[in-house]
Amino acid sequence: MKTLQCMAAVVWMNLCALPQRAGTSLVMVVGIGGVVAVVVAVLAMVAGLVETMQNKGHEDRAVILRYGSSSETGSWVPRDAVPIIMDAPEVRRDARGRPIASMEVVRLVRVVRSRDNTVGTVALRGVGLENAALRPEVRIVQGRMFRPALNEVIVGQALIGPFKGLRPGSRVTTGRAQWTIVGVFASGGDPHESEMMTGVDTLMSAYQITDPNSIEVALKPGAFRGFVDTLSGHPQVHLTVMRERDYYASQSQAVSQLLGFLAFLVGSVMGLGAIFGALNTMYSAVSTRTREIATLRALGFGPAAIVVSVLVEALLLGVTGGVAGAALAWLIFDRVTASTVSGAVGTQIVFHMAVTPGVMAAGLAWATALGAVGGLLPALRAARLPVATALAAS
Amino acid sequence: MKHFILIWAGLWRKRTRTILTLLSIVIAFLLFGILASIGQGLNAVYTHINASELFVQNSIAMANGLPLAYLPRIRKVPGVRAVTSWTFFGAYYREPANGLTMFATDIGALLRVFPAIGMPQDEREKATHLRTALIVSQRTAARYGWKVGDRVPISSSIWEKKDGSRVYEADIAGIMDLSRLGDSTFPEAFLQYDYFDQARALGNGTVHWFVVLIDDPHHATQVAGAIDALFANSAYETRTVNISVWAQNQIKQVGDVQLISRSIVGAVLFALLFLTGNTMMQSVSERIPELAVLKTVGYSGAGILTLIVLEALLLCLSAAGVGLTLANLIFKPFAPIFGEVSLPLPVVLGAAGIAVLLALVSGLPPGWRAARLSVVDALAGR
Repeated sequence: MKTLQCMAAVVWMNLCALPQRAGTSLVMVVGIGGVVAVVVAVLAMVAGLVETMQNKGHEDRAVILRYGSSSETGSWVPRDAVPIIMDAPEVRRDARGRPIASMEVVRLVRVVRSRDNTVGTVALRGVGLENAALRPEVRIVQGRMFRPALNEVIVGQALIGPFKGLRPGSRVTTGRAQWTIVGVFASGGDPHESEMMTGVDTLMSAYQITDPNSIEVALKPGAFRGFVDTLSGHPQVHLTVMRERDYYASQSQAVSQLLGFLAFLVGSVMGLGAIFGALNTMYSAVSTRTREIATLRALGFGPAAIVVSVLVEALLLGVTGGVAGAALAWLIFDRVTASTVSGAVGTQIVFHMAVTPGVMAAGLAWATALGAVGGLLPALRAARLPVATALAAS
Repeated sequence: MKHFILIWAGLWRKRTRTILTLLSIVIAFLLFGILASIGQGLNAVYTHINASELFVQNSIAMANGLPLAYLPRIRKVPGVRAVTSWTFFGAYYREPANGLTMFATDIGALLRVFPAIGMPQDEREKATHLRTALIVSQRTAARYGWKVGDRVPISSSIWEKKDGSRVYEADIAGIMDLSRLGDSTFPEAFLQYDYFDQARALGNGTVHWFVVLIDDPHHATQVAGAIDALFANSAYETRTVNISVWAQNQIKQVGDVQLISRSIVGAVLFALLFLTGNTMMQSVSERIPELAVLKTVGYSGAGILTLIVLEALLLCLSAAGVGLTLANLIFKPFAPIFGEVSLPLPVVLGAAGIAVLLALVSGLPPGWRAARLSVVDALAGR
């Protein structure tokens, strides 16, 4: 108990003296704060992308593609496979007994970025008549829904800010036809908000095709496995079935991995630099306290108390830097819109950077680790100061 | 320089502190060098190709494709020297994890349009005339142990065949030596287009883009305009750009990489400023009596200021140099991914400029204070 009291006394005394070393201490706080701010920012991009691409997939929705295709744009489902899919008992039916499924075609539209006039590609999705039942989360927030058989499209609300010329009343060209934008829709922040929608029959006739790229179905709760089994009973149709959330995740996998790697790389390199800065600060702190430490040792305080006091100082500075860096990143980056590409052809996906509690915790953990490493060696040096020579030092 | 001894002594007064400061600056410029190299590496993806190459794709989206029938018409546009068509194959060998950067093309025309591709004459003949010809780069052949004459199955994740399978059996007709073309950025394999087109179920008669060689780079804009005008208002409108413009746009799709790396570098340098500023200030305030002695001996205020600033410059510039050299070394093993990258002169000059600025900002304030020392007060320790 006495040892703990001694330690507490030394720690408290040291912390009270911290303002005297404000300059060097600030170096460590800013250094670690900078690292944490950057790491949190990059992780926020990953979190935001995951939030949009992986967490929005609906549990009981399945995407059916051609066997071996990795994305809708490289897939085609022959027309004669469609009734086999729709007749499966695991598919949910609406009040009139019709299967809740949508034959879908995806084609590409060129768009221009508002910020720098560079060109990007977004998906125009042709959806079946059952889309309202399949995707009840789609709501019109401006204008109106497209009418069947007319070259009309609705635009996802995520596209309105980042890209030009997509407000209701404008026109876009694709499939040798001009399409009029008649409305803007929201769909709960999922990847469809970075797409445009129209009727599948209209789109198929514009491109003169008869086979859809994919089929999306609503399944009865828990029926996914059964559905996969039913379809594998028809090997002649060469299909692959995925849960909607797994499909979205696969589309963004490459970019997520790249961003994760970047966070690790930058965080490590900057972290190493921050450690050198932290060592600088802590060695300087110990050197300033040489006489004080020697006096304490002469008085009878054990080396453990000295080590703990230095470590506590280092950890405190590190955590302060971490909190400051995380807070700064949150202030600047949370909910900021970003866009990147997803899928095989690289259609744009617009998402928001998400500085989540998890991301900030990761940043703080990193700051604590940096503080601990920065304080360890100086703490050991402080404990081993030769008392007599230190007392005589000027 | 006699003054150099003073500067050197000043730096090494507190060895640990100087070494740690040096290491921090080295790390900062290492990061700067890495980010600059990545940016340049992404840009370098197509810069081995000179300005005489144009790139023709479908105006709406590359994936929509263009008719192969456009090729003779493009060939006749004034200023065009040669045209070759490329169709992306989405290739992998046995498993999707073994991806290959592969295109379908008229191999004979390709070898004529890109004479820099190294291949023995007999292999060229075979590759031009063999219906099922596949040519691969030396590195790819080494990776899978392929030799000329081998029949290999290449799978496509995009193009299903009429018989329902995805595997195209092709014969290796030649091995490409790509060393003169920027080994890692040129595609590693090409399949004979006619064989591919007859076998595939969809998209027959279309290609993904045309690569056009022109006579005179100065006429690039005119020729591009002429090509696009040929096909305006048709079912497949074209968009013709210079290859580096296209490449930069592709990079922009992924994200504003430049903005991200500049922000990171900015944050790092800001933190570094605190560090070096603090080091210099501490170093000078510890030496007040010594600097006063120097003043007594005859150094002017300006002389003291110069000494301090030179000390800061020596610290920052040498550490920056080490950091950039390390960045260069680190990138050697990554060359296969990013292509041959070395720090371009503008980046090196930029880094030097930043180092100088760092030295001035951290060295001038304490140097100024030292220069205005009152000798008597300083010697007395006030």
